[in-house]
Amino acid sequence: MAVLERIADNTAGSASFAELCRSLWADKAVATEDKAARLCRLECGVNTLPDVCQWLTRDLDFIFATLIVEQTARPGWSLTYVFYKDAASPWVHVAVQLDAGVSALPSLVGLAHGPSFDWHERETEDLFGLKFEGHPRLGEFVLHEDWPEGVNPMRRDFDARARFVPRARDPRWEPPTVVVDPGAFTMPVGPVFSDFAESAHFLLETVGEDVIRTIPRFFYKYRGVEKIAEGQPADRALLLAERFSGIAAFAHGLAFCQAVEAICGVAPPPRARALRTALAELERLRSHAAAITGICNSTALAVATSQAALIEESLLRLSCEATGHRYLFGAVVPGGIACDPAEPNCRHLVAAVEEIAEGLRNLLRMLRYSSSFLDRLEGVGVVADGYARSYGLVGPIARACGVARDIRKLFPYAAYSAVDFSVPVEQEGDGYARLRVLFREAEQSVAIIHDVLSSLPQGPVRLDQIRPRAGAALAAVEAPLGAAFHWLRLDQDGKVARYRVTPPSFTNWHGFHIAAENFAFQDFPIILASFGLSNAECDR
Amino acid sequence: MANWVLKGLLSGIKSSDYPRAGDDAPGVSPGRPVGTRLNSTTAAEQLVARCPTAAIARADGGVAVDHGRCVHCFRCRRDVAEPAEWQQGFEWGAYAGEPALRKLAKIFGRSLHVRFVDAGACGACMSEARQINNPYYNMHRLGIFTTPTPRNADVLLVAGPVSDAMRLPLRKTYEALPTPKRVVAIGACAASGGIFGPSFAAAAGAAGIIPVDVVVPGCPPPPLAILHGLLLAVERKPPSALMSPPPQRTTEPA
Ligand code: SF4
Repeated sequence: MAVLERIADNTAGSASFAELCRSLWADKAVATEDKAARLCRLECGVNTLPDVCQWLTRDLDFIFATLIVEQTARPGWSLTYVFYKDAASPWVHVAVQLDAGVSALPSLVGLAHGPSFDWHERETEDLFGLKFEGHPRLGEFVLHEDWPEGVNPMRRDFDARARFVPRARDPRWEPPTVVVDPGAFTMPVGPVFSDFAESAHFLLETVGEDVIRTIPRFFYKYRGVEKIAEGQPADRALLLAERFSGIAAFAHGLAFCQAVEAICGVAPPPRARALRTALAELERLRSHAAAITGICNSTALAVATSQAALIEESLLRLSCEATGHRYLFGAVVPGGIACDPAEPNCRHLVAAVEEIAEGLRNLLRMLRYSSSFLDRLEGVGVVADGYARSYGLVGPIARACGVARDIRKLFPYAAYSAVDFSVPVEQEGDGYARLRVLFREAEQSVAIIHDVLSSLPQGPVRLDQIRPRAGAALAAVEAPLGAAFHWLRLDQDGKVARYRVTPPSFTNWHGFHIAAENFAFQDFPIILASFGLSNAECDR
Repeated sequence: MANWVLKGLLSGIKSSDYPRAGDDAPGVSPGRPVGTRLNSTTAAEQLVARCPTAAIARADGGVAVDHGRCVHCFRCRRDVAEPAEWQQGFEWGAYAGEPALRKLAKIFGRSLHVRFVDAGACGACMSEARQINNPYYNMHRLGIFTTPTPRNADVLLVAGPVSDAMRLPLRKTYEALPTPKRVVAIGACAASGGIFGPSFAAAAGAAGIIPVDVVVPGCPPPPLAILHGLLLAVERKPPSALMSPPPQRTTEPA
């Protein structure tokens, strides 16, 4: 008990957190801290790894963010497990080193919050060829069944320009048997389905009327972004960061630029930070409007769909007027912002988003009185209590089941520490709760845009020259769909040595199957729409 | 009970005038760089060096732009000695190769059914494709509809560089379309592989996998450009070109 009490006192600051680690893990782990980056680094051996991670997740309620795997200069591997918790706690990086000959380490899926490690381990096994002992389902994850065994594209010696790794389809290959219930069969959906759906595949296990469970399969859109970024100069890799998920281009571009800035030890000028905040919220507003359109469309509510689509289109046009691009491509650069809107443009933008907020309020008011609509969302696609934590879910989906976590509050970036906004939370975890979170967040975004643009600092919008430096940094942003983690390592020429992206769709698609259990067939599009995730973002 | 019918009627008609007339409402298109005459060769070299996708090349008297490669990064426009000329508009659809003798307009008549395939698109192309269904662009007024099955489709609309795992589904979908059929590839990725392909994980655009008839370049092409591409596929609109050379010098008045 004494330990837990000490923990309670001690999670307050990163300084004391490192001391706590030292006192608890004295002989097993080395704790160092970086106060400026609010980061505590714990280096331990492979055998201690499960204990340390268990301690963080079960005892201290830390959330697993991402696993960063790097091939080290000295032959071998470095694995960094990144954890975060709340506004009072530091980032915790748990690092282990593997020697060249070792290619296996213990899986963490059996721990408390074990599911949050699941996909990261599977991805690492596919792309790096490292084994996680004790993991029940390795293989055929990012790389599908016809990819040759033993070819691991993220290894240094794999040539990213190699065209279409030659392979032969094994004629005996069959999908693994997944049906569990007696009398059940599976119905495949995808990868090409519906009108404008992203490519993904779902096996719906059913006994006829209802779907018992959903087995999703992704990475049809894997474009190897992390691999092809390697060796590119930072400004070229920025194009990849923006364009791997075009509908959240600004958020991911911003995270990439923040990582470059952290490595080079520079900070963008105040006007750039304010504009970044405004544009990030403009993107969130547009993304949420698109999600609302999708939900209305999935319930076949035609007029509401049109109304939401009109709002979405207005926001696309506003983005184009503000930055020249409907999806804000090219707006963010390392050291600032590439475009400097004039005073009248800012006023126009504020007035326009306020009109849009009014439109959204009207829409919600009407939706609330449409019982046929509510019937289809309430109690549908429920993410049960507890799963949001154990799967480490992020963004509006987590906030719709009571988890008030938001990177803008936890680790404020751009100008978020200077603006006053709230993080809306709902409790039910169903489709309707997610819809309400979207509407409430959109409202907050409008308020933030208004605040930031009506007191925009004067001055330059970007730094003149940034001297490239070697180094590595982790940047986190709250993208429209949730927390995004970008780890970047640059070499001394400013070229990318390693780029690791964990986008919110990757984290949240993992939890999709929880919401897609025991439902009626016709609810499938609704559950999909209420998650509103992107496969381009997940698959990278 | 919410009165949706009234709400819909009160919103009025929002549709664009295109293709009956142009549409220059602010924000309908980001515009794009075109071939530009430049005063100095160093300025031309700067633009060539700035362009991350080799879309800009030196040409007689200035620079030419390969629209199929351009990813709208604005680097030839911002902070350069002589910026590339930026052209508004959106009629970007172009024939992918030599236009064969087509005469398809009759066969497809006034109604066109479209099947969309996402071959690794980033989401922006898809979002723009989805917008042609919104009340502003309203493809239905032009007789264009989406269909969930390729068996009923006349046109395959494809976006993305064609990621490895989508090669087979794309080819199968193409084969499932009845003939005559047309393929419209939208976006820089589907046109040229964009910033992703060719690589181990993606091809250099749709044309390497299936025959492509019409390319709509852009990153992403705005909804009206996609409509133009569809209308072009059935010869209801004339094509644009994929390459844009610098304009010829007109003889100066004496
Ligand atoms: S906007 Fe297009 S042409 Fe200009 S630099 Fe970027 S990719 Fe090249």
